[in-house]
Amino acid sequence: MNVHEFQAKQLFAQFGVPVPRGKEITSPEAATAWASELNTPVFVVKAQIHAGGRGKAGGVKITKDKAAVAGLAKELIGKTLITHQTGPKGRKVHRLLLEEGANIAKELYLSILVDRDTGWPTFIASTEGGMEIEEVAEKTPEKIIKEAIDPAVGFQGHNGRNVAFALGLQRMEPAVINPFVQMLGNLYRLFMEKHAALVEINPLIITKEKTLVALDGKVSFDDNGVFKHDDVQKMRDLNEEDPLEIEATANNLNYVKLDGNIGCMVNGAGLAMATMDVIKLAGSEPANFLDVGGGATKDTVAAGFRILLKDPNVKGIFINIFGGIVRCERIAHGVIEAAKEVKITVPLVVRLQGTNADEGRKLLAESGLKLEVANDLWEAAQKIVRLTGKAA
Amino acid sequence: MSILVNKNTRVVVQGITGKEGSFHATQCKAYGTKMVAGVTPGKAGQEVEGIPVFNTVADAVKKTDCDTSLIFVPPPFCADAILEAADAGVKLIICITEGIPVNDMVKVKRALHGRDVRLIGPNCPGVITVDEAKIGIMPGFIHKRGVVGVVSRSGTLTYEAVHQLSTLGLGETTCVGIGGDPVNGTGFVDVLPLFEKDSETQAVVMIGEIGGDAEEKAAEYIKKYVKKPVISFIAGITAPPGRRMGHAGAIISGGKGTATEKMKALEVAGVRVVKNPAEIGHAVKAALGR
Repeated sequence: MNVHEFQAKQLFAQFGVPVPRGKEITSPEAATAWASELNTPVFVVKAQIHAGGRGKAGGVKITKDKAAVAGLAKELIGKTLITHQTGPKGRKVHRLLLEEGANIAKELYLSILVDRDTGWPTFIASTEGGMEIEEVAEKTPEKIIKEAIDPAVGFQGHNGRNVAFALGLQRMEPAVINPFVQMLGNLYRLFMEKHAALVEINPLIITKEKTLVALDGKVSFDDNGVFKHDDVQKMRDLNEEDPLEIEATANNLNYVKLDGNIGCMVNGAGLAMATMDVIKLAGSEPANFLDVGGGATKDTVAAGFRILLKDPNVKGIFINIFGGIVRCERIAHGVIEAAKEVKITVPLVVRLQGTNADEGRKLLAESGLKLEVANDLWEAAQKIVRLTGKAA
Repeated sequence: MSILVNKNTRVVVQGITGKEGSFHATQCKAYGTKMVAGVTPGKAGQEVEGIPVFNTVADAVKKTDCDTSLIFVPPPFCADAILEAADAGVKLIICITEGIPVNDMVKVKRALHGRDVRLIGPNCPGVITVDEAKIGIMPGFIHKRGVVGVVSRSGTLTYEAVHQLSTLGLGETTCVGIGGDPVNGTGFVDVLPLFEKDSETQAVVMIGEIGGDAEEKAAEYIKKYVKKPVISFIAGITAPPGRRMGHAGAIISGGKGTATEKMKALEVAGVRVVKNPAEIGHAVKAALGR
């Protein structure tokens, strides 16, 4: 789960990580009011969307004129930002962060995540603040500093000092070394206590006043840990999610919308990905990832159909079930019942394999429903691609 | 021969009185697995399908000599359950539970490090040695005793591969689901040497997916140490970056962990990489020259 920059900064403040004074703004009037209160030489107005690259897309405005803030807010609210992370459709801006500017002396990069290889929380730091870390890692891997934290004992001062001296803070500004070490300890606490998946500060700046400030902030949370934190759950912004994905989540379905035109409904995440891949091999493109899970019932199948059919790109549906604990004849009943409730207007291929597959296929064949039944994965994929016509 | 589990393995089920736990304990027992104990705190004295229930894993170990645990405990309590099994002296812990917070697993993995215990999973279908022991949620009947070892990050996709192997008459020795979470107990590189050493296993099917670099690590290992043919399918070549595809660990982040990269690394290591998941069985057959 992702949150906005202003929410990330609220968490930073809560854990003692210094951030610029700022506030979430949703109207030009509120911008004017907060600008007066803020009373700073430089105002920064930042569009809040769940995507990076906002600056280049015109989503960040800076002004010294307090009277101009409302105008900038008006310009940004409701604007659609297209960045390299939003896709061509872009993201509509609903809220802004209005904060004080800072006197930047030096920009750094700092983040923490779990290194999947070691299973240890690991800080990543670089002197190349403000740049995308993937790019730094690609072009100048020697500028990436990593410090793994032993989860048995947690963050220790030497972890922070290792990073500080590797970055060369002693040459840049010795006064910030101690605050930096303390900041890393605070970020580690935030990361572990709130079940974050990523905490990133890019850039972390050293100001001309010799202080550290998190000028930008990104926090994402482990979906499996969010249940422990009411405050984090409240940060979810449905404006940032696809409406079909919201509906899927409400029905306990695992759905990711894609751009192709063959809708697929599968049990199990690996098989669901493999089904997408086989559609592509057969010459078309999948419209989605949809895992109906191990306990697929009539209701989950019906909900799946409704979601798939709401996507106007879907020109055909491919149901691929490998019955294990889930019995195929139950799935067949589910499809038949769901098809009565939801009008299926596109070609449908159902492939059943595993527990009671013969029985399930027989039920479907005798149901009078307009669908094709298949035994084999490849045969089924070719069928649905043929029925929908090849993707352009 | 086989790996990890066999007909002598003695299993305790943690969370046996829950819906999932009781159903699968019954299924495993029906397959012929030695299901000797169950644990649900506060329910000692009960029985599930003739399997005695204990309050603690320590009690179960003392009374039944169980050596392997199968866990169905819900996510919020699961880290505790894994550590309880380890502390009670269970040597193999197979955790089916999906949805354990990553930070819980970080602590569990650290706590188990260096101890004489192996954790398989979480978020996995379990382990089966065909005709000997089914310790997990996989459908037993699709398996056929044979010569192929299977190791996989996925559940139903493994069943798909197993079905192909059985239908083609190749059959399996042991199938190991290592699970779809980003931090897990056992990786491909832990299972590959076991199959390499196992006299009955003639080929290995390795099913990977997007996210992380477990497949790349496996490729390095295979290149150096594995002589038996390895056939691999990597799911998610059509998956978009930055999106989690069902499994917590199935995500391309920062451009890393793509299916294409993994396939390339495996091919360089001499692994036969199959692009079409419907072709896994045939590729094994060809590799074995049958």
